Formats: sequence, C-alpha cells, structure tokens
Amino acid sequence: MQAGKPILYSYFRSSCSWRVRIALALKSIDYETIPINLVKDGGQQFSEEFQALNPMKQVPALKIDGITIGQSLAIIEYLEETRPTPRLLPQDPKKRAQVRMISDLIASGIQPLQNLSVLKQVGQENQLTWAQEVISFGFNALEQILRGTAGKYCVGDEVSMADLCLVPQVANAERFKVDFTPYPTISRINKSLLALEAFQVSHPCRQPDTPPELRA
Amino acid sequence: MKQVPALKIDGITIGQSLAIIEYLEETRPTPRLLPQDPKKRAQVRMISDLIASGIQPLQNLSVLKQVGQENQLTWAQEVISFGFNALEQILRGTAGKYCVGDEVSMADLCLVPQVANAERFKVDFTPYPTISRINKSLLALEAFQVSHPCRQPDTPPELRA
Repeated sequence: MQAGKPILYSYFRSSCSWRVRIALALKSIDYETIPINLVKDGGQQFSEEFQALNPMKQVPALKIDGITIGQSLAIIEYLEETRPTPRLLPQDPKKRAQVRMISDLIASGIQPLQNLSVLKQVGQENQLTWAQEVISFGFNALEQILRGTAGKYCVGDEVSMADLCLVPQVANAERFKVDFTPYPTISRINKSLLALEAFQVSHPCRQPDTPPELRA
Repeated sequence: MKQVPALKIDGITIGQSLAIIEYLEETRPTPRLLPQDPKKRAQVRMISDLIASGIQPLQNLSVLKQVGQENQLTWAQEVISFGFNALEQILRGTAGKYCVGDEVSMADLCLVPQVANAERFKVDFTPYPTISRINKSLLALEAFQVSHPCRQPDTPPELRA
C-alpha cells in the first residue's frame, strides 16, 4: 500500500532526529519534514495532536508505509529491513552486534541523560557540568570500544547505524564544550563522516526549521 | 561502559542488553523474539527502545546518585510514569496477549523488569491496566520465573524466593 511520501517529524537540532535524517539520505528516500519545535509554545511535542501520533512526545517520528514509528533506532532498523540498500548494518552477526552495542551506548547510555527534559530537571546552574560529565563518561567507554572495532568508521570500513549515532552525539558534545583531547578515534571518525554528503544534507544547519542565524 | 549486562559468547563480549538480545536472535533464531513482519518488528523495537532508552537510563543507579537521596523517589516515579503513560497508550494499539500480538517478544523482555523497578519505586499502576495485565501473563511463564531477581546466584538470602 503506497501512502505517499514518508513524513518525518523532526527538530533541526535534535540529535535523534538527525540520526534518522542521515539514514533517509543514505538510502535516498525522499521525504517530507514536519518540524516540531521543542522549545517554542512550551514545546510543540506536547500538543495533543503530536501526542496522538507519538505518545512519547518526542522527535523523531516517521510516518511511512501506513504506520508511524517512534524511537530513532527502531525507525532505522525498519528502513534497513524494508529498503536494504545500501546497508546500514553489516552482514556478519558479530559485527552487527558491535554496531548495535555502539548505537545503544549512545542512544541509551548518553543521549537520554543529557536531553532537554533531563536538563530542565537538573536545573540551569548544573546543566553544563551534568551534560559534560554524562557525555565524557560515555565517550570514555566509546573511545575504548572503537579502538577495537573501528576501521575507517565505527565498525570496519562501511558506514553503519553506529556512525549515524556518533556524529549527532559529537555535535551535542561540542555544544556542551566537552574537551575532545581524550577522544582521538571519535574525532577522526566524526571528521571522516562529516565529509559525506548524507551527513551534510541532514545537518542541523540545513533543515527547513533551521533558524536564519544558524543556517549554513 | 562499566555496566551490566555483558555477555561473553562465541569468542566475543557484547554489552548493551538489546544488542545482546538481537545477537542471540540472529544466531539462535528459535524460538523467535522478534516477529517476522517488519512493521511488527518495528513495534517491538519501538517499545523496547522506549523502555531501554526512554525510561530505564533515567532511573538507574548512577543517575539516582546524581539527583540526591531526598529527590530520588519523586524523580524515579516521574520518569517511570511519563514513560508508562506513553507505553500504555502504545500497547492499546499493539498488544494482544503480550506487548505485540500474541507471541512473546523482546518488548516483553523489557516490560517485566521495568515493571519490577516501578514497583520498587512505588509507582501507582491504576493508570496502566494494559501494562499490568501483560506483566501478569508474562510472569506466569517459566523463563520469566527462572530469570527473576529472587532466584539468582547472587540474590541475597533475605530476598530469595
């Protein structure tokens, strides 16, 4: 059943939305963006309309093939299973496990601990320190893991779901002024990935809802 | 990552519970923990990620230490309730006997332990009849019993079943 172009509910600066935007770009999937501003109007993700679409009140959400999927990695795995080329997960199960482990490290172990709602809770004067600690803790582990798994990219020499998680998290880290001296592997891989077109067209600075002062 | 679980299997060590489970599913495919249909698989993963990224990390030991002892209970309850509100709504669309349809899936493996956490934090389950029903059905299954915290090698004597 064809239901028209897929629709992505996204916020330009949301690292989780960026992961999905990269996947859609890599797989050359044409889509429509409906921006959800996480800050304006008290947060548009809390509207009744959006909540009906994604009860978690978070971006991203993807409307595709007649269903709506929340959770960036669930979306990416669905895209991988239904539009398998180019691959975002290696063929070998052990390498797939490495890709998922790295993706989950970022998507469960780092990002949720420094997202908007948690930062609101820790209070404005603590936010920077909290975010830096959370990210550094995760990046310490990630740097160590990548030394075992990385080739050109996070796992070997092919772009994978792990790379889609890495770049947006590095951007978050930069916004929170994390010191990258301890993370040479993360830095190298990030730089290589940012040179790729899919990571550029999906960048926060090039989205329909990017504010003029931040536009590339 | 200095966290459990980690599984040493087939010559490798895997961290992150869902990465471990997906590896087990791919290498030991029977019985299945993910449906065959990609849309149902997406639902299973969405529910699993909702719990594994959206709830659990926000109420785990290291975060609770950070929020301070006097705030811990309220924080945990808020975080779990927010997630369970969403989960209850999603399950009303996806659930049969279990989280997604009538077969046990990875989503169910995430649900039961999170419900146990919620109970420890004295979360009120009145708003979550679907979560409660599914949790009860799952706890009747042998795999959920033998793996229960009260039956582990390191279960303290006073908590042992």
